[in-house]
Amino acid sequence: MLSLDEKLEELLTKYQDTPGALIPVLQQAQEIYGYLSPELIRIISSRLRIPTSRTYGVATFYSQFHLKPRGRHIIKVCQGTACHVRGGSKLMEVLKNYLGAQPGETTEDLKFTLETVACLGACGLAPVVMINDQTVGQLTPEKVLQKITTCE
Amino acid sequence: MRNLMEACCQRCTHTPASPCSEYLLCRTEGPLCHESKECRQQRKAFIDEVTIPSDSPGRQIIVCGGTGCTSSGAANLVDLLNQEITAHNLGNSVQVKKTSCHGFCENGPILHIKPEGIFYTKVKPKDIQDIVLSHLVNQQVVKRLLYQDTAGNSYPYFQDIPFYAGQTRLLLRNCGQINPESLADYLAVGGYRSLVKVLQQMTPDEVIEEVQRSGLRGRGGAGFPTGRKWASARKAAGDVKYIICNADEGDPGAFMDRSLLEGDPHSVLEGMLIAGFAVGSTKGYIYCRAEYPLAIKRLKIAIHQAQQVGLLGSNIMGSGFQFDIALKEGAGAFVCGEGTALQASIEGLRGMPRVKPPRSTEKGLWEKPTVLNNVETLANIPVLIQTGTEAYRKLGTVKSPGTKIFALSGAVTNPGLVEIPMGQPLREIIFGIGGGIRDGKSFKAVQLGGPSGGCLTEQHLELPVDFDSLTTAGATIGSGGMVVMGEDTCMVDVARFFLAFTQAESCGKCTPCREGTKRMLEILERICQGKADLKDLGDLERLCRVVKNTSLCGLGQACPNPVLSTLQYFREEYLAHIVEKRCPAGVCSSLVRYSIAADRCRGCGLCLKNCPVGAIEGEKKQPHTITAERCIKCGVCLDKCKFGAVLRG
Amino acid sequence: MSEVTIIINEQPITVPAGTTILTAARDVGIEIPTLCHDPEVSRYGGCRLCVVEVAGWGSLPAACVTEVRPGMVIETESARVLEARRTILELLLANHPEDCLTCEKTGACALQDYAYRYGVRRGAFLGERQNHPVEADNPFIVRDMNKCILCGKCVRVCSEVVGRSAIDFSHRGFRARIATALDEGLQQSGCVFCGSCLEVCPVGALTGKQRRGKGRPWEMTSVTTTCPYCGVGCQLKLQVKNQRVIGVMAGGSGLNGRHLCVKGRFGHGFIHHPDRLKKPLLRKAGVLQEVSWSEALAYTAQRLSQIKQHSGGAAIGVLASARISNEENYLLNKFARRVLATNNLDHCARL
Repeated sequence: MLSLDEKLEELLTKYQDTPGALIPVLQQAQEIYGYLSPELIRIISSRLRIPTSRTYGVATFYSQFHLKPRGRHIIKVCQGTACHVRGGSKLMEVLKNYLGAQPGETTEDLKFTLETVACLGACGLAPVVMINDQTVGQLTPEKVLQKITTCE
Repeated sequence: MRNLMEACCQRCTHTPASPCSEYLLCRTEGPLCHESKECRQQRKAFIDEVTIPSDSPGRQIIVCGGTGCTSSGAANLVDLLNQEITAHNLGNSVQVKKTSCHGFCENGPILHIKPEGIFYTKVKPKDIQDIVLSHLVNQQVVKRLLYQDTAGNSYPYFQDIPFYAGQTRLLLRNCGQINPESLADYLAVGGYRSLVKVLQQMTPDEVIEEVQRSGLRGRGGAGFPTGRKWASARKAAGDVKYIICNADEGDPGAFMDRSLLEGDPHSVLEGMLIAGFAVGSTKGYIYCRAEYPLAIKRLKIAIHQAQQVGLLGSNIMGSGFQFDIALKEGAGAFVCGEGTALQASIEGLRGMPRVKPPRSTEKGLWEKPTVLNNVETLANIPVLIQTGTEAYRKLGTVKSPGTKIFALSGAVTNPGLVEIPMGQPLREIIFGIGGGIRDGKSFKAVQLGGPSGGCLTEQHLELPVDFDSLTTAGATIGSGGMVVMGEDTCMVDVARFFLAFTQAESCGKCTPCREGTKRMLEILERICQGKADLKDLGDLERLCRVVKNTSLCGLGQACPNPVLSTLQYFREEYLAHIVEKRCPAGVCSSLVRYSIAADRCRGCGLCLKNCPVGAIEGEKKQPHTITAERCIKCGVCLDKCKFGAVLRG
Repeated sequence: MSEVTIIINEQPITVPAGTTILTAARDVGIEIPTLCHDPEVSRYGGCRLCVVEVAGWGSLPAACVTEVRPGMVIETESARVLEARRTILELLLANHPEDCLTCEKTGACALQDYAYRYGVRRGAFLGERQNHPVEADNPFIVRDMNKCILCGKCVRVCSEVVGRSAIDFSHRGFRARIATALDEGLQQSGCVFCGSCLEVCPVGALTGKQRRGKGRPWEMTSVTTTCPYCGVGCQLKLQVKNQRVIGVMAGGSGLNGRHLCVKGRFGHGFIHHPDRLKKPLLRKAGVLQEVSWSEALAYTAQRLSQIKQHSGGAAIGVLASARISNEENYLLNKFARRVLATNNLDHCARL
């Protein structure tokens, strides 16, 4: 089993001479460490020979990148049209209330991170929430609370 | 020989290592390299296993493996089916196959039994026993699992269901029918034949001419003629050229590209290969949004398979043509669907659009001539090469030939993926295929083209759906999102919703989009909250004009469209919010109050139990009350009350 | 190169193909406002203030990035253009502190000038405003990103001219702003404090720390001079108020153009420093005493002659300075070798 740092080293060695590698490197580095710490951004910049300011600019541009640690469970509320028309914002209200966190925030116990997501493309099942990697559809405020209370 | 892709016997000489122009035909119609009746039969048997012709002795149970069906529980069905089949000793005659999306997601999980073509909907794990015992063993259709329309009619066969009967599934022909993770499946249904045809019989110029004559227009939104794009990239100076497949489908409400990638990834690769051959490119990129994990997985598999058998790489099928494809995953930015921003993103930069010209076909990715086509556009290529221009042009209209896939969603009875020839009237899609408005409500508007599009109304229902007619009416075909709205939709809220989307996705490069969308959104929010005055409306209209006229990229220029079209057709609704402080549709929560009619309330406690914020109080069997300060206006109480005691107003 | 004839504001003009509308217009004295355009760095086209109306075009293209095409008929101040420009200025002002009274940039601010020219007041579209802490914890540059209009000129000059890339765009949309790496401030960012970003910033987002509150542009006279620090000879414009140097701007001419190094731009504190030596000192009876230049020079000449006579030229060492020009160093070299007859000659750049 490789340690996290060994995995990073492997990743950087693989990509350090590839043009346009910054985004895949950030994606895979985030997969290794869970988020992009300042230290990680500095290491990646120096190995790919990209100014740190530019790496920071890229990391903050794309919504997939996280510069802070995240909760064990990620709840993403779909912001798509169909979900909206069929009550997606109600789900968000209820979740904000229950978790005491705004979209983009993590609960203090690092258990949940509440996020929004652009249309998941599961409009036939609207309103939809993604809990970790699972898309849960045809939700109501009650159902979504039920779902997240079963998260460990 | 264990599968179609393997050599049938020792005499077979076709391997990826010794590429040959007849490699694929030899696999599917051959063998051509030697004469052998057994080999021929064996090959046909493999193909029959995929296509299940009507006289097939074997049966195939197709389990939909699309994102929709999977999320409604299809994942376990395959295992359960296999268990039951083994238990009933049917292993030899029945094969279970997981395919991709059927486009009928709300009725999922879907099971489709071939060759008879029985179509089961909303299948739960507990239904599996029934299906195996009744359908497979006793040859009795399980009626309760058949699709039923709102009038109560049952439809056993897939092709008779109104949702499918009205469609022309040309690009979606394989979606839900073949295993998208199998190259053999794609070959068995005629895949890569167009590539063979192009490499064996056509010159690059002939391919471009064919595409030009077909009249194919880009399906990503702008409708630019594909052939003209290819021709200009072919003409552009430079040895290195790129083909990019834009799979960054980001419009809320659009999922046609996702379905194509998940259901028939090889058809997109084939389109890219043909584009590469025509333009003179050796390298392709697929830029797929990261929110589509299944599409990414299947693309990776398909690319790997094509590389394994020499359909990607150097000297493809002995033709000397070289082409490879790399997959790039997006990182969550809607603006990267814009061509120049997408290219910046592949280059590892912030996805900020640049000013055109130069066009991408002259200076695109890494300043090299680049063809950027959307997924659906590329999926059209094998079809039109195979059928030929004349046959292709029979579908659709003169200026918008071919079919278009729409993602029908919102308040229709049958939301899903719909492919129709261009030029059909809106009414046909919404009321024919879509089955009209759900819950018997009345139609109010349809939003086309996502955040770049606009809303059309009753008066537009006879409009033919093609590139030009919709634009004239203030909407756009866009990438094909079609959100239907019923009487209980607030059009100001819809405009606010789209603006919130564009505002959050603005890249921030140009002033009108960065600052203008923010202020438009603030005004719309004030309108929805009943805090706006008529001056705000004037400001909003001015902002719409300026943002449209002066934004840098197409997304910025188009983002006022949802506001402009709702203002054009639903101005009185804006005025109701502004002047009367009233939301006619009862949607805008600030303008809505929930209360309980004491005379109707029986004190059953259902609303109290379901209120997510504890805003309802009351003793059992006594009328309940809602505390306005605590109420988040989610409307659960209204939905739950069986006595009509909860009032909204 | 082929030429293109176009009509701007009813005036036909012929320019080389590849010329932008902006350049073509400015060539004939038609002023189009710009905020993000700068001829020294790459084309950007972001502020959209320079939009013009081209007959037959639906949208209003940005003049700074749109190249002329044969037969173009352009209007630079049509009603549509004016509405667009005013609205864009209003949008910028709505997200900008109302701070002109105390803003360092007042009088030299492009946003202020254009608001004046187009008669735009702050007032429309008020709502949420960007709210960033002001960075002032370095000795030279104050970064107030609340005043930034995101023209990106500082980013481009830092990366394309200076080659440091100490700053770049971060975040996106309404949250977009110019940031140092990881938002750790200029001191940690690899910034060399050359101040080229100050030179190109059209508004009060980037200002010099030392000159804050010391004078308004109209109170100052500009004195062109050569930088005293090294032999490159950069041209400076000293900003002088009441006989005191308050700040330094690049000369805008000569080989340095608008660029200077940290010393040239910010290292002028010595000019009015109380410790600065302004008269020669001579040690008399062990104590340094102010003397006249003629006395000092005479004494020096006398001592040099004495030493040379007594111990030979090799007893004298000469140290040249990087702060004088090549020509002056050459003269000193001649003086040492010919007059003093010594080869013991060195230069401070080697120390």
